[in-house]
Amino acid sequence: MTTAPTPVPAPAAADPSGGPGAPGTATAPPTARPRAGRRPRGGAWLATVPLLAFFLVGFGLPAVAILTGAFTVSSDAETGAGSFTTANLTDSVQGAYWTALLSSLKLSALTALIGTVLGVPVAQAVLTSRFRLLREAVLTASGVLANFGGLPLAFAFVATLGNAGELTKLFHLTDHGWSLYSFTGLTVTYLYFLVPLMVLTITPALEGLRLQWREAARNNRATTLQYWRYVALPVLFPSLLGGFVLLFGSAFAAYATAAAMVGATVPLISRQIADALSGNVLVGQGNLALALSLDMIVVAALVMAVYLPLQRRSARWLS
Amino acid sequence: MAQLISRLRLWRGAVLLLAGLYFLVPMAASVWFSVDDVDGISFDAYTGLLSAPGFTDSLVLTLELAAVTVVVLLLLLVPAMIAVRLGAPRLRPVLEVVCTLPLVVPPVALTAGLIGVLRWGPDHLMDTPFFQTFVFVQQPEFPLVLVVAYVLMALPLAHRALDSGLRAVDVRTLVEAARNCGASWPRAVLSVVVPNLRGALLNAAFLTLALVLGEFTTASILGYQPFAVWIYSVGNSRGQMSVAVSVLSLLITWVLLLLLAAAGRERRHKTATA
Repeated sequence: MTTAPTPVPAPAAADPSGGPGAPGTATAPPTARPRAGRRPRGGAWLATVPLLAFFLVGFGLPAVAILTGAFTVSSDAETGAGSFTTANLTDSVQGAYWTALLSSLKLSALTALIGTVLGVPVAQAVLTSRFRLLREAVLTASGVLANFGGLPLAFAFVATLGNAGELTKLFHLTDHGWSLYSFTGLTVTYLYFLVPLMVLTITPALEGLRLQWREAARNNRATTLQYWRYVALPVLFPSLLGGFVLLFGSAFAAYATAAAMVGATVPLISRQIADALSGNVLVGQGNLALALSLDMIVVAALVMAVYLPLQRRSARWLS
Repeated sequence: MAQLISRLRLWRGAVLLLAGLYFLVPMAASVWFSVDDVDGISFDAYTGLLSAPGFTDSLVLTLELAAVTVVVLLLLLVPAMIAVRLGAPRLRPVLEVVCTLPLVVPPVALTAGLIGVLRWGPDHLMDTPFFQTFVFVQQPEFPLVLVVAYVLMALPLAHRALDSGLRAVDVRTLVEAARNCGASWPRAVLSVVVPNLRGALLNAAFLTLALVLGEFTTASILGYQPFAVWIYSVGNSRGQMSVAVSVLSLLITWVLLLLLAAAGRERRHKTATA
């Protein structure tokens, strides 16, 4: 940027002799090179074209399909196929679909709340530990476990707490009314990847708490509780809320774990969409899956609208 | 004071112990479940994997999908991100929006949208050359439509990984230095910038790989059978084998991540001593 006025003989001089070193001279004709400078002028945006084109086709077309599909009568309807309607959307927030949406929201909110409340002490305990190896091990493990969603997670929990699971057999849990294939069971399972996700998210924020703040609080005779109540938690609040929202979003979007584990016993919106996509709907409701998807996107968009500003804000605070 | 410290240690120990129990017991129970047999310990679930019907096919399909996804993703994203830093800063917000939007659409919803698009083929485009494209992206031997979905899902992850890598190096100075030495544009980027991003590229590739290996939603709804869907179908008939595969997949992720961490540490060490 600042080098423009400096006379640099290299590019022009090196060009004829440096042939083997510069096989890609096709980008600029030799005569134009000294002036072409060291920055691409105008040409740089060309490198973003493939990505944007891919995105427009791969993401834009499905988005259009959802938007238009959610508002049109499906082709399997008896009358008025292709015409505008809001019936899909009103159907998607009624009856069994409304129950599923509420149940999804409830599960996501509950697991995100528990995950936040449990994740912070774990992260704090790990951070303040004297053993560096333990810290690194836990952070690496959190990275693995936070990505350990989906099927393997479901199978691991079926093997542990399912009807024939090892712990269930060992403690005769079924006699005490335990069932993994329930709302509670799903909550316990989801926490297995949500707590590590929270540990990963909150660790930078906890690292940003200065020791001096704690010392200052103690010098003013604040108790540990008061320090957390009046100093640490207010500073951490944006990060905590951001973490909660991130957990909520992950739990809300999850599909595979619930599909493999509980089947239809716990109604979830993601499962309803999958069901509707495989044709499991009434005649004329062919576009219902798209309307349900739109519902889900609206919720996820609200979540992101809260999360992104918070993330930016906490990043500024703790740098 | 001493009392406070010992109380703190007690509290920390209790938290770590409980967390350790919650996270280790399911793993131990899964391992035990997969080798537990009526007459002692048996590794049949593991040894039987290779001969299980569909195992090799689905694994090969998943690995192919993963490789193509990683290559396509990096080829699309890396040039765009470098270009935005070097010469087109005004496109930066656009790029960020593009790499954030997939987060707003859950995989199930994305799949619904893709199915909506794929339905246009037989519905409206039967007589046009576009129809062949629709058939081509859905061929069961190598469903390109899955690559499209996976690239979109991995965009936010890979963008974040590459962005932190790009932040750590001064791309502009590096390129200017290379240009001053007479390097052409492609050469400056390929042999100066990209090697400096090795860690970030590796990270992005790994995250994408992990995503594709475990992806179930899109593939199962669209009706293809990569590895995760195969595990699911096996789980219905042979529970022990599906748990064995889960244990293996966790182990593989673990090893890959440790390798990555080790590579990162070595690099940091090298730059610190240099």
